[in-house]
Amino acid sequence: MTDSTALYDIPGPHARRRHLLYGVASTVVILALAGWILHLLFDNDQFTSTKWSPFLYEGIQELLLEGLGNTLKAFAYASVLSLALGALLATGRLSDHRVLRWISTLLVEFFRAMPVLVMIFFIFVALKVQALPALVAGLTLYNGSVLAEVFRTGVHAVARGQGEAAYALGMRKTQVMTYVLVPQAVRAMLPAIISQLVVALKDTSLGFLITYEEFLHAGKLIASNLDYDLPFIPVVLVISPIYIGMCMLLSWFATWVARRERRSPKTKAVDVAPAEPETLLPGPQ
Amino acid sequence: MDVLTDNFSLYAEGFLGTVELTVYASALALVLGFLMASFRVAPVGSFRVFGTVWVTVLRNTPLTLLFFAVMLGLPRFGLVLPFELFAVLALGCYTSAFICEVLRSGINTVPRGQGEAARSLGMSFSQSLGTVVLPQAFRTVIPPIGSTLIALAKNSAIAGAFSVTELLGTYKTLSELGYNIVWTFVWIAVGYLIITLTISALFNVLEKRWGVAR
Repeated sequence: MTDSTALYDIPGPHARRRHLLYGVASTVVILALAGWILHLLFDNDQFTSTKWSPFLYEGIQELLLEGLGNTLKAFAYASVLSLALGALLATGRLSDHRVLRWISTLLVEFFRAMPVLVMIFFIFVALKVQALPALVAGLTLYNGSVLAEVFRTGVHAVARGQGEAAYALGMRKTQVMTYVLVPQAVRAMLPAIISQLVVALKDTSLGFLITYEEFLHAGKLIASNLDYDLPFIPVVLVISPIYIGMCMLLSWFATWVARRERRSPKTKAVDVAPAEPETLLPGPQ
Repeated sequence: MDVLTDNFSLYAEGFLGTVELTVYASALALVLGFLMASFRVAPVGSFRVFGTVWVTVLRNTPLTLLFFAVMLGLPRFGLVLPFELFAVLALGCYTSAFICEVLRSGINTVPRGQGEAARSLGMSFSQSLGTVVLPQAFRTVIPPIGSTLIALAKNSAIAGAFSVTELLGTYKTLSELGYNIVWTFVWIAVGYLIITLTISALFNVLEKRWGVAR
């Protein structure tokens, strides 16, 4: 099974029986817990037809789809813009000019240390911007700064000989970057980049808090409808699988890319990053 | 500048609210994350499945959705708790998934020989995990746990939008009082910087004290 672990021996007949017992017992406990929650839901009249009937109406289905569309729209804008900003800030941080380096380091560190929500609220409340641009701008500033760090780590992760060889061939710095280092860095960092986009997708739900009409907002509208007896739990039960499913699909895609890139001969000179959101302490590394 | 001096108590209250949320949620996240990590490496299949499902689902849940479901959903089952407690619950469970992954990858960095040696001495699973593998894993996971807890402190801002007293929420009162919004936000930003930089410094000290490069 999991032969990567050295924490326990391959179980013998005795231990196997004991593990089976534990397994059965814990499965029973988990199932009982699930059953209890279901019972609570039934007891609370959460499965009455009145509460679920709203999902049959076309108007409400359209409302949900529109919310989903708005979520995806914010995600699309935010991811494209943050990739662009990330590339720009990474270029600044890798620059030979000290001033440029300082400015971009300052920006990256500041925006990484600020909660996204504070930036979104600042842009929305203080600068009096519409909800969608405020959400996209906040997400772009944060994810762009994180992506800048991802790009920079990627460029530094390429084996030193690659850059040295390119310089030895007489290439300029721009050429070394664009032809040699960046293509390999992007390949290696692709899983980490996609994982950061998952973070962006999750954070589009912050738009709910500044009354952007996204998916959760549509859910809230349906949930506060008295005609259907305030169908809050049904709404959560419908919305969360869709939200979580979307994020999971993107996460799995990142893992798949990571596995593929690790096998690819084009990433020989660089370690492929694992498909996890970037976790680095703020401050100079 | 007036904004801070005139409303120092309001800011202090919000600041302490955020600190409190961060501390309690961190404690919950560390405990739950530890539990889930040991589930994920356990020899019993159903524990492993439970741990994996917990991590996969929570890591892919938007935190706003979780807050939405916990804050507005649980009271419908007659579970009436103060909002702060709901917030700690949501934040703690959400972050525990990330802590679990950090711990698990920390366990994987401990060389296999260590676990094998512990086993050959006749130690049980919990003994070898608790006295041999985890103390070594602890040294490598200090920086990523620091980052995760910083993320938690930043995420606690969402609680403010669900009527929990914390730093970001102070802007509403202050803008109603007619203070300059930009300066209001500047001081809120300073508050968050203080918290995140403190955690970062704390973990740098821990790293210097106990960390090892493997």
